[in-house]
Amino acid sequence: MGFVLAAKLALGAALAATLFASGPEARFPEPELVSVPPGTITFRPAGEYLRAGIPVAPAPAMVRFERRLSIMKFPVSAAEYRVCVDAGACPRAAGTAAAPDHPAVDVSWRDAVAYAKFLSARTGRRYRLPSDAEWAYAAGSRFRDGALADLTETDRAARSIERYEKESLEERAEKATRPIGSFGANERGLVDVAGNVWEWTSTCFRRFTLDAAGAATGAPVENCGVRVLAGRHRAYVADFVRDARSGGCATGIPPANLGFRLVRERG
Amino acid sequence: MRIPNLATTIGAALAALVAAATPASADASKLTRHKVEFAVPPFVHAHEQVTSQPPRIIEFKMVIVEKEIVIDDDGTKFHAMTFHGSIPGPLMVVHEGDYVELTLVNPATNTMPHNIDFHAATGGLGGGELTMVNPGEQVVLRWKATRTGVFVYHCAPGSSMIPWHVVSGMNGAVMVLPRDGLKDEVGKPLRYDRIYYVGENDFYVPRDATGKFKSYPSVGESFSDMMDVMRKLIPSHVVFNGRVGSLTGDKAMTAKVGETVLIIHSQANRDTRPHLIGGHGDYVWETGKFANPPQKDLETWFIRGGSAGAALYTFRQPGLYAYVNHNLIEAVELGATAHFKVTGTWDDDLMTQVKPPLPIPDAKPEGAAPAPAKPVPIKQ
Repeated sequence: MGFVLAAKLALGAALAATLFASGPEARFPEPELVSVPPGTITFRPAGEYLRAGIPVAPAPAMVRFERRLSIMKFPVSAAEYRVCVDAGACPRAAGTAAAPDHPAVDVSWRDAVAYAKFLSARTGRRYRLPSDAEWAYAAGSRFRDGALADLTETDRAARSIERYEKESLEERAEKATRPIGSFGANERGLVDVAGNVWEWTSTCFRRFTLDAAGAATGAPVENCGVRVLAGRHRAYVADFVRDARSGGCATGIPPANLGFRLVRERG
Repeated sequence: MRIPNLATTIGAALAALVAAATPASADASKLTRHKVEFAVPPFVHAHEQVTSQPPRIIEFKMVIVEKEIVIDDDGTKFHAMTFHGSIPGPLMVVHEGDYVELTLVNPATNTMPHNIDFHAATGGLGGGELTMVNPGEQVVLRWKATRTGVFVYHCAPGSSMIPWHVVSGMNGAVMVLPRDGLKDEVGKPLRYDRIYYVGENDFYVPRDATGKFKSYPSVGESFSDMMDVMRKLIPSHVVFNGRVGSLTGDKAMTAKVGETVLIIHSQANRDTRPHLIGGHGDYVWETGKFANPPQKDLETWFIRGGSAGAALYTFRQPGLYAYVNHNLIEAVELGATAHFKVTGTWDDDLMTQVKPPLPIPDAKPEGAAPAPAKPVPIKQ
């Protein structure tokens, strides 16, 4: 802890020196943000829902956003992530393999949190990962609800085969990253949402047990060692995993790339 | 020690063989002939398990295809050498006492000489001595199926070409069935409703300085780099049926509860240990030779490199199964995983979830004081 504090002080001193040298206008550049107006979303929340031990889709739930949501227009780029790495605040192994104008990928949840902390310190604003609900709200028409809702089989074995077959038909996102902007903007102005980079959220994996009527029996079991990844579909991946294609608790189609974008809180 | 070059011995061997034409070739000319059209692996051409025919000459025609393929989901390109366009080459099924007559064609569009070594055959380097064909040539070889079992065949053109061609995909297998079909250790007949042929291949794809797999304009240009990787003995890919995931998704193998499936597994170069996750090998000819009684109830069986084995299993539960090389690094990271989709009715007696996952009752929060004498209600 003492070491981190010392490092922060050193960074602060370095930043102060920069300001002194180049004038008060030289502030750390803030990322471009999109302001999503207040409103509601009706969607199936993240998590695993077991009814008689069989995973089922949860009932749609409504989430209301009372205030506008400020979220990064673009995913964090490899160049931006590199600044954090060079400052010694983000792990070197992550996020810099792609070209500078590509999204930062091979980033774990922990790496993303480290970047959010760094950006907050540099800008004096509070940046953090979006929750799964916030991401879904901002993603708008590009948000795809869970595929479990489409399954018709009720028998466990038949259901797992049905799910397997449906997933087999889905087109796999290609691994190679593209320059930011390549996947276009959604109706909210967010760029590259649900492209070939899945984005970390702050939401922990939760397992709900449902009764025969579909109501939750008791509070869910939460595992914050596994976090929700948002993209073309949801994935649940261990927080230390950078490449989900061959690991990390993921079932179903693994995400092609792991990256992130941040929310900026008010004040 | 100088290893004799095979090419220089072929001429002498040929002359000797022609001079010593055996009485068997005179008998064989009286046999009936049966022509077989190949199926594409993992499927196997139609055949009887118990043969209703006297010994015959079974005619096969194989065309050697050199082609660039994609071997994984990253789009990694690879110059493959194949028997009949697939990795592995197709399974050939005959009965003990039959003769295999293969027409091996090396089209002029290919760039290299090839041949074939049948592990089931006797003499002539398995036929390799007698089947060397340049692009534009074809050859006909006949050999007698004297031993029952599943056996590898592969290309073996000489020196470094041998491992290079084999790991580039030029391998397959033959099944020589007993004339009265498969049996267990006391002679009880064993019959299969379905048969699959899984050919496992180890690839050695070079990487560039950044760690990305390299592709080459031609197969010849890949040779030197690939030999460097091969000599380190660590494959970049270990796959079934020629590429990562080829027996998954819409190409997953299928079966029904109650069906008996024979899974033939060949590895022409490297040891492997197949395992059916969720199932077993009811009867396994691990070394692949039917004169030996099968082992029973195996969890995992060992296919030594350079051989094929056969496992018989009657599915008892529906659902998804993975069929893997149980070096799990090779299975998950290098590609050696296939899937089975099995339909039918679940048997709760064999397995049941007595209680689904639920919070541990009477669990104490982390860092709490040591447990009191009475359980304390915990707010969940």
